[in-house]
Amino acid sequence: MVDLLFILVKIVVVFVALLLSVAYLTWLERKVLGHMQSRLGPHRVGINGLLQPIADGIKLFFKEDVIVTAADKVVYHLAPFIIVSTALLTIAVIPFGDAIKIFGHNILLRIADVNIGLLYIFALSSLGVYGIVLAGWSSNNKYALMGGLRSAAQMVSYELPLGLSTIGVLMQAESLSLSKIVQAQAAQGWFFLPQFIGFLIFFICAVAECNRTPFDLPEAEGELVAGFHIEYSSMKFALFFMAEYASVILMSALIVTLFFGGWLGPSFISCPAWCGPIWFGVKVFIFSFIFIWLRATFPRFRYDQLMKFGWKVLFPLSIINIAVTAVVMMR
Amino acid sequence: MIEKTIKGIWALLIGLSVTVKFFFTRPVTMKYPEEKREPYLRYRGSHILRLDEKGKEKCVACCLCATVCPAQVITIEAGEGNEHEKYPVTFEIDMGKCIFCGYCVEACPKAAIIMSQSYELAEYRREDLSYDKERLIKTGK
Repeated sequence: MVDLLFILVKIVVVFVALLLSVAYLTWLERKVLGHMQSRLGPHRVGINGLLQPIADGIKLFFKEDVIVTAADKVVYHLAPFIIVSTALLTIAVIPFGDAIKIFGHNILLRIADVNIGLLYIFALSSLGVYGIVLAGWSSNNKYALMGGLRSAAQMVSYELPLGLSTIGVLMQAESLSLSKIVQAQAAQGWFFLPQFIGFLIFFICAVAECNRTPFDLPEAEGELVAGFHIEYSSMKFALFFMAEYASVILMSALIVTLFFGGWLGPSFISCPAWCGPIWFGVKVFIFSFIFIWLRATFPRFRYDQLMKFGWKVLFPLSIINIAVTAVVMMR
Repeated sequence: MIEKTIKGIWALLIGLSVTVKFFFTRPVTMKYPEEKREPYLRYRGSHILRLDEKGKEKCVACCLCATVCPAQVITIEAGEGNEHEKYPVTFEIDMGKCIFCGYCVEACPKAAIIMSQSYELAEYRREDLSYDKERLIKTGK
């Protein structure tokens, strides 16, 4: 009974933290983009615009929900829920700390310690693309359809290197469980050094996975107006946005878990177990910042460049990475 | 091929360094209603009709400004004062049409019309953009 209660508390705490950080990631993005373009970003609502996400949320909530007459109603309503639920569900297997003791209970700081954690994440993130494709198709709009199709093509190009780039890590950790991978890094040192190529490939693919610049082809403001979510308004639009930012946080969390030692701090600083979530949060913040930094810097890939890059550069590199890792480990 | 790749990655890093440089420099944004830009000395804002030391308007209603005005926004009605001098009974400038070229200031032989530095000229109603004599005098005070 008490265990069940602890699990429920963990779920509530993690999801509230995730949704709050999603809200404040939008604020951070606008602020950082602003400063990188010599602007201030939001600064009117609250101190330094800190209440801006709340104002945005209230505004989007009270907007009129326009539904396209010619849309395929069921799919049209389903698409935002697919994308947002798959994006949020991935947090379940991400470990954000080691076991800590509260009131004499040993509590693992993760919602579910699944032994196929990484496969679970890849499965869900691939399902998330269905949300985009279906949203694009059901809106009965040529721009939305183009966005959806691009998303499908993009998924085919980057999901293979995304999966293959983690195999080096899996070989070294000898497990698919994310907490085991972190524990292996405690013993062997963080994986970003031996798996540097793998890390680079994974990072590039993670940016593509989140549909963010320079891989934001499905929404490409300049060409497709808003791409797949062009016909969505009100809270449905907000759900697409939430999914995008949630996947930024989750992909940062995954990069941190796989390559940067998850909840582990630097080895020269000794810290009790409750430090884990703090180290984890700091690292996730750094990678979320890099996501925003990339958006502020780089222009969008052209459609054929993305395919070429995915198939001719990332895919062979990730296979070479696996081969080299295998050879080095066999010696 | 390898040289091209290295050059490409180097270019990406340069791009990232440019954005991070601007991230740490001061933004150029001015929080407008709270902080206002100080206009330059020769800034041409809304007009002022000047008064002489006796408190009467300097304008002698010669209508040179109205003649030279390219946008034809100045309307003057001349009249005779107590000491038989000529003075403007009405002097109106339609700020909605004024192009702030400053020709009226140059044309004025008595230096009666000058331009202030005020640039916050927005009004809620179109009629309020037509400045009459009292308002033009008041701008100078």
